[in-house]
Parts: sequence; structure tokens; C-alpha cells
Amino acid sequence: MAKIELSHGSGGNKARNIIKDIFVSKFSNPILNIPDDSAKVEGDLAFTTDSFVVDPIFFPGGDIGKLSVCGTVNDLSMKGAKPLYLSVAFIIEEGFEIDDLEKIASSMAKEMKNAGVLIVTGDTKVIDRKNIVPQMYITTSGIGKIPKGIDISSKNAEIGDSIILSGTIADHGIAIMNARNDFGFKGDLKSDCACLNGIVGKFISKDVRVLRDPTRGGLAASLNEIAEASGVGIVIEEEKIPVLPQIKAACDLLGLDPMHVANEGKLVAFVKHSYADKALKAVKSHKLGKNAAIIGKAVKELSGVFIRTKVGSLRPLGMLEREQLPRIC
Amino acid sequence: MEVCGTHTVSISKNGIRGVLSKNIRLISGPGCPVCVTPQGEIDAAIELSKKPGVVITTFGDMIRVPGTTSSLEKEKAGGADVRIVYSPLDCLDMAKNEPEKEIVFIGVGFETTSPTIAGTVLKAKEQKINNFSVLSAFKLIPPALEAISNAKDIKVDGFILPGHVSTIIGAKAYSFLKIPGVIAGFEAWDILRAIGMIVEMMKGLENSGGAIHELPVQIQYKSVVRDDGNPAALKVLYEVFEAADSNWRGIGIIPGSGLVFRNRYKSFDALRRFKVKVKNAKEPRGCACGKILKGALTPFECPLFGKKCTPDNPVGPCMVSSEGACSAYYRYGKN
Amino acid sequence: MCLAIPGRVKSISGDISEVIFSGLKRKVSLKLLPGVKVGDFVLVHAGFAIQTIDKNAAKETLKLLKSL
Repeated sequence: MAKIELSHGSGGNKARNIIKDIFVSKFSNPILNIPDDSAKVEGDLAFTTDSFVVDPIFFPGGDIGKLSVCGTVNDLSMKGAKPLYLSVAFIIEEGFEIDDLEKIASSMAKEMKNAGVLIVTGDTKVIDRKNIVPQMYITTSGIGKIPKGIDISSKNAEIGDSIILSGTIADHGIAIMNARNDFGFKGDLKSDCACLNGIVGKFISKDVRVLRDPTRGGLAASLNEIAEASGVGIVIEEEKIPVLPQIKAACDLLGLDPMHVANEGKLVAFVKHSYADKALKAVKSHKLGKNAAIIGKAVKELSGVFIRTKVGSLRPLGMLEREQLPRIC
Repeated sequence: MEVCGTHTVSISKNGIRGVLSKNIRLISGPGCPVCVTPQGEIDAAIELSKKPGVVITTFGDMIRVPGTTSSLEKEKAGGADVRIVYSPLDCLDMAKNEPEKEIVFIGVGFETTSPTIAGTVLKAKEQKINNFSVLSAFKLIPPALEAISNAKDIKVDGFILPGHVSTIIGAKAYSFLKIPGVIAGFEAWDILRAIGMIVEMMKGLENSGGAIHELPVQIQYKSVVRDDGNPAALKVLYEVFEAADSNWRGIGIIPGSGLVFRNRYKSFDALRRFKVKVKNAKEPRGCACGKILKGALTPFECPLFGKKCTPDNPVGPCMVSSEGACSAYYRYGKN
Repeated sequence: MCLAIPGRVKSISGDISEVIFSGLKRKVSLKLLPGVKVGDFVLVHAGFAIQTIDKNAAKETLKLLKSL
């Protein structure tokens, strides 16, 4: 009998197939069938949900609380919506330190104020301890309002669109991996966890067609999902992708490709070509967008995602089937 | 032919094949240590993981490789204590901090990696750590190169030689080669330059009528490869290990191509310590990895490639390992 | 088959050094490479320094590659 494996949750192909085959097929409806991070309901509302199970709970650059607020605020922002209200549900294992719970709640409150959203309802459950170190899990749902004239969806990319990346990639995934395992690396390896509604507000317009925050599966996964949903080809330039030097060093040492590593405070935007320079300028004017760059474009002549390498050759950039593991060879 | 998994990946990732002229064909050799490790060794690692009190430590590369019926990742999901480490030295800290456990390191790799485990064993001896041992599945590159050079079913005109293995063994280790060889770095430009140097050497051979009296291996990766390699590392390696015949998956036994513990270090040999034997395992049906590892077939020519055998459902080792030819070709395409 | 990364030796204590890789620090064993000095650039694999990097050779290679 087939069983669920960890790889089914990693954001790669295996995960997508489980969602498609089991959930989407049974729940199917026109709203759900659009593969976006948020659903558009009642004309101009965006509605989304996300669960947070990160381990360790506290990591450089944030904690599970901050992540749970930013993750859902970002899913709403990626639909072009102004995030308004969040709900929060806690599942806490018996034995969890109350001090830690206070820290997490404070973190969430801070992020709530930062993003200008309100947590308006919630739930708390305590369950039997299942882990040696008691864990907690958070689910947040959110509602936001989509401004008139804004239509943002993974299926909206058009040939010729410019692709803007708001900053450096792989920061979050590397910070988590380093915090989780004892690889002995010391340095500024910090998650980029942040709410993106501020930066979206700077450049949102009718000329913005797709917004995505590349979380699990990294930039490669998001680009592949957009290419498939929109039916366009994508070409990105390897040299244009920003990576912090210490993150690149950690990726090199562990044999990881930053393109497949998770981010929690970055977005990728497909904008009408004529709007690209203006949009880039606006993104760069925000403190979270200082390293933004135009990294490529949507094209007609190819199917799927391709990357132009340093030597000028074009090669496919697929999604991974599951999470990358560190390697020595 | 490139004989280093990291070269295979770099060539595919950088789209090198796409910028070469049509008369140059790159084929991949047995440079992926995970791919050439027989299933029996993986089964032995899994058997060790089931012993009470044993902690299996490994590089990430080995964790998903399927043995006959299971993998270290599956055993971990089933409750075995399997941990990924960046350095074998990290095992010694574990051994000291958890004296009630037996720390076993799964040793797979070529001459870049085996000296690091030898160094770790010497350190363990110095510090009188007696709950640490190693399953040695280490292999040596030069005997494999010699076997390929002599094989009747492959025609190789030149070797792109492994960059980091050569930092240890030195250019002199390849003096038996009768065809051009260049030790290359790993950036796209390094590999392209090395290919250029091989072509120059081949032209030189043509001009001298194909007679080879002395064909010195050339070094493109000059910043770290020397003629005599790293003698200190080799001394450490052969203090702990000695060469022995070894079974290369899909190729068969290559004489003197593997490393086994010397008798005086037998307490660090996990197989002897836990009385585990490596058994012969049958290859999966239809799998062409053996021919692919020798460069006799390209991944595209395997009937299972991309159909029954994908990274999601790998049949053979060339697809499981991220450095395997099949995995690289699948992921990065024809170029 | 072997990922090895260049780094600079920041400090040495016995046969253990601290090596910096673009702002990232790690303990690296010098057991396979005695004679390394602080300030040297070394190639690191699996937590061990396996060779010193000849900076002149590296510069020469870079010059050659840039001309390609």
C-alpha cells in the first residue's frame, strides 16, 4: 500500500502530483483549479491558507511565528491583494515551553503591525507529545482586497514579458539547513523572511501580470509552475541572478544549487516589457528590493524554463522531484 | 571521456556539449562513486543501520541510493539513526558525546575523499576513540582508467582527468596512459580549455605518426594540481588503507582498484567489527548502467531512460545519484 | 566527483585551522596538509585542507580563460 513520504511535502514534482491527483481532483471547482497561491473570490477578495511546520522553530532571521504571518501576507500579495485580516490556529505539543510561546506570539504581533494586518480570529489545540523536543505547528489563513483593474495570476504571463527578481536567492533554505544540522558553518546565514506587501505596493499596476514568492522548491519551481500555467517559455540569464557571497559559499560547500533553495522574502514578477524599467526602479526603491534585477523574459520559441549559462549555452532548468540534500561529490 | 562525476554535472549544467564542434563527442565514464558502489555494499550499510546502538553517518550522496530492498533514507524513516555529516571528523565529536553509541561512517568516494577518512581514523586512534568505525567502499581511479583504456567495446580518444582526485594523486599517477589526458578544473572555461588542450595533443600525435613514446599528462588545473600531488595525504591514506581488488557496479572486478583497512587498523573496519558480509546482488532487469558507466552507451540509448527510469523512480544508480550520467543528462538535456 | 572549495586560512591551532569562504567560517583539519601558514589559500574537501592554491598559477589560468 502506497504511503506518504517526506518528499510529498517538499514542493517538487512529487508534491504537486499528490495535490493534483488527490485533492484538486476531488475538490475541483473553477476557483480552485487556478493554480495560484491565493483564490480570488466574491469578485475582488483574495483568500488563502498556509501551514507552518519549520524545524527548528527559532532560526537566524526569524521564527515560526514571523514565518506564519509573512507567508500568508505574501500569498495574498502575490495575487495583488492588499492583505487585511488573518486567522491563526496553533497546534502545540504537550511540554512546549511557555516562554517560547510568548516569544513566538510577540514575533507575530510585531510582524502584524509591520504588515498593517489584523489577526482577528484563532484557535489553539494541545496534543500528546510526539517528538523528543516538543514541536508546534501554525496554520494561518488570510483575506485581502484586490484593487480594481488588477488581475494577477500564474496563467497571465505573456510572450515578451520581462521577469524581475526582487533580491538574492537561497538565503532562507540555507539558514534553515545550517540551523537544523550541525555542519559547523559560522557566518551571516540569515533567513530573508519578510512581508512583501510593501514592496508589491510600490510597483503594482495593470502591467504586472504574474507575482510569485519562490518558497519551497526555490526560484526554479516557481518559474516552471508559471511557464506551465501560462503556456509560455522562459529564458533567464545565469549571470543576472543575485546570490549573497556567503550563501553561494555555503551552497558550494554543500553541493546545493541555489535555484532550488527556498526563499521567504523575495518575489518574482512578470511585467509588460514596456513597464519593466519603471517597475525595477520602484522595486529597488524599497529596502527589501535593493538587489533586484531583471533576470530574463517570457518567450515564444521554447517550451519550459531555460537558463543561459556563463558560456552562452541554453540548457533546461527543471524542477527537482524533491528537496536537495548536501553532497560531497 | 570525462571520468569525474563533478565534471559530468558541470558539462551538462554549463551546456558544454552545445558549444562544441560536431566532431567532438563527450562521453561520461565511471566517475560517480555512488554509481559504481555495488548494491551489496549498500545492503551491508542497511544491515549495519539495524544493529542496536549504531548511528549511521554518511555524506548526503548515499542516503537515497537504493539497495536490493531498501535505502538509508527509508531505514531512517523506519526509525534507524541515520545522520548526514559534512565532514567525517564530525563523527568523532558524536562518538565522544555519545559514548554509548557506535558511530559507523559509510565511506564511499575516490582519492579526494578517502584520505579524509584515513585522517579521521588516525585522529580517532590518537584520541583513543573506540566507538567509531568505517564501512570502506572506497575506490581508486587509475586502475579504472586503465581498464577502460584496454576495453574493447569503447573507443576513447582522450581523457578529461578528474581535477580534485589529481590534487591528491598528482599528474604522475597517469603516466600509464597511452592516449591524451588533461587534468581539468570545474568551471565551464576550465573544461573547454582542457578539451582544446586534448585536441592539440591529438593533433601533435597525428603529426608524429601516432607513435607514443612519452605522453605526459597535461595539467590545466594548475592552481592546485602538481606532478606529485599531495604526498602527505597519500602517506596518511596508505598508512590506514591498502589497495585490493574491488567490484565496480556494472563493470565487474577491477584488480587493485579498491581500498581495504590494513590489519593494524582492523578495529576501525565496520564490516569486521560487526561481522557483516557484503553479498553479491542481482542487477535490476533492463538496466544499462554498466554500459553507461563504461561510456559504451549514452543514457539516451538506454531503453529505460526517461520512461521506466526517471529521477523520481530510478532503476539504476546512474539515475539515483545527482552525479550519475543519467541524472545529469535527464536534468540538463542533450546539451 | 569531489566538491572542494577554496578558502583563506584565518588562524591555526595545532592541526586545526579556521578557514574563511567569502564570509563563511569553518574549522578545517590540516592533517593532510602540514606546513600551511595563516593567510594561505587552501582547497577544502569534507572538512580537510587537501592542497594549497598557487595564486600565481590561478591568476595565469584566469588571464588565459578571459582571453578565450
